[in-house]
Amino acid sequence: MDLIWDGIREAFAILAHGDRDVWEITIRSLLISGSATAIALVIGVGVGAVLAFRRFPGRNILVTLVNTGMGLPPVVVGLVVAILLWRSGPFGQFHLIYTPAAIVIAQTVIAAPLVTGFTVAALGALPPQLRTQLYGLGASRLQMLWLVLQEARLPLFAAIMAGFGAAVSEVGASIMVGGNLAGETRVLTTAVVLEVQRGEFDAAIALSLVLLVLIFLVNLVLTSVQQRERA
Amino acid sequence: MLIPARALLAVLVLAVVASLATACLDDHTVILATGTTPYDTGLLDELVPLFERETNYRVKVIPVGTGQALEMGRRGDADVVLTHDPDSEEQFVADGFGINRRLLMHNDFVIVGPEDDPAGVRRANDAVTAMRAVFQSEAAFISRGDDSGTNKRELSLWAALGVDPAGQAWYDVAGQGMGATLQVASQRGAYALSDRGTLLALRNVLDLDILFEGDPVLLNTYHVMQVNPERVEGLNDDAAAAFVEFLVSEDAQALIGSYGVAEFGEPLFLPDAGRTEAELGATQ
Repeated sequence: MDLIWDGIREAFAILAHGDRDVWEITIRSLLISGSATAIALVIGVGVGAVLAFRRFPGRNILVTLVNTGMGLPPVVVGLVVAILLWRSGPFGQFHLIYTPAAIVIAQTVIAAPLVTGFTVAALGALPPQLRTQLYGLGASRLQMLWLVLQEARLPLFAAIMAGFGAAVSEVGASIMVGGNLAGETRVLTTAVVLEVQRGEFDAAIALSLVLLVLIFLVNLVLTSVQQRERA
Repeated sequence: MLIPARALLAVLVLAVVASLATACLDDHTVILATGTTPYDTGLLDELVPLFERETNYRVKVIPVGTGQALEMGRRGDADVVLTHDPDSEEQFVADGFGINRRLLMHNDFVIVGPEDDPAGVRRANDAVTAMRAVFQSEAAFISRGDDSGTNKRELSLWAALGVDPAGQAWYDVAGQGMGATLQVASQRGAYALSDRGTLLALRNVLDLDILFEGDPVLLNTYHVMQVNPERVEGLNDDAAAAFVEFLVSEDAQALIGSYGVAEFGEPLFLPDAGRTEAELGATQ
């Protein structure tokens, strides 16, 4: 129990001092997972809208694949992405291994099925006449998509929060493709693993708390936008 | 109104560009695949910035254990390897994958375990006898099990005894680095083979004593090697050569010799550049 209290005290000390390393790691976590979530959102909405609104042979299989993707073990994603990005791999010449970009790629693969799956469900729950009415009012395809997304705002924001949560809490894949390099690819989760391996449990708990606070704050912002009453 | 789409787009583009920008620094990057012990002790955290300050190069330190490090070298996924199993290293060089192999530093392996020492390891006169005591008393033992230098030495000790503990109930395989394996042993009150450096570095959080030390077969030497650019493609050989030269340079060796003294009262590794293994009394 002492260990946990020490860790909490250490966390406040870090946040109060503004320990530069911890801030740097926190901002990097936010940028990397934020980018991954944003890209996953673009993919998710695009693919999700097609799957929700169109009917074509094989659609059900695709939706099943997306739903299966939600349960993809992140460490498996990490292994596959690492193999692809290694110098000895097919995409080695892009020199992406052990860079933040590699982590963004891995986290996007992890978050995208989540966002897509939620989007398919969210858009599929909308009344079918809505789209017909919007087209009838002269909406273009893009306008229709934008308005429909607004209608499905509640579950859509849930999708974003789920995607971000999966990305920012990911550790195995991030270490494999990122290498946990100080000043470059170390994020909050991978830093916690390192501190535990080095027996620095205070620091590990402190970083865990910072991570939890970060996730809470991000969700606070997203939730308040999600729940905002329209005028 | 959803978060302004343009703001989101701007952030997205910026983040992607920033990520890709760092990826383009690759000509100046050395990938160092290393055993976990120089990494877990924090030694490389001190050495690498010194090198990066003196040169234009950046080093990416990937701690994976000796076996995996050599594998990465064979695939060309690493430019330099820092390992501590002379047999595998000599094979690596003989197969044409390693060049410029230099002795870097050494410490020793020790057998650690619970203070009450149920197997009587303290009474042993040599390492093999100590391991025999563990085997015969069926005392809990945690193995690295990760093809690391430490793991290979542990397996060679069992082999010298003529036994194979795999599958026995008292023999557990952690499959992790030295720090993690020691923590498992500490929590379980079990025996383990460890390098002295990591043990010292983690002394404050471990409930383990050094129960056997000093046998020449427990000498633990670290060598650094460049991956051979004539055998493998895609390497940054200039950067790699520079890094190897740096590690055996006076500055680096001085840092190695003083690392840990302030905190633990003794250096975690003893610098050896320019000497040969024979001078260290290696029996391997």
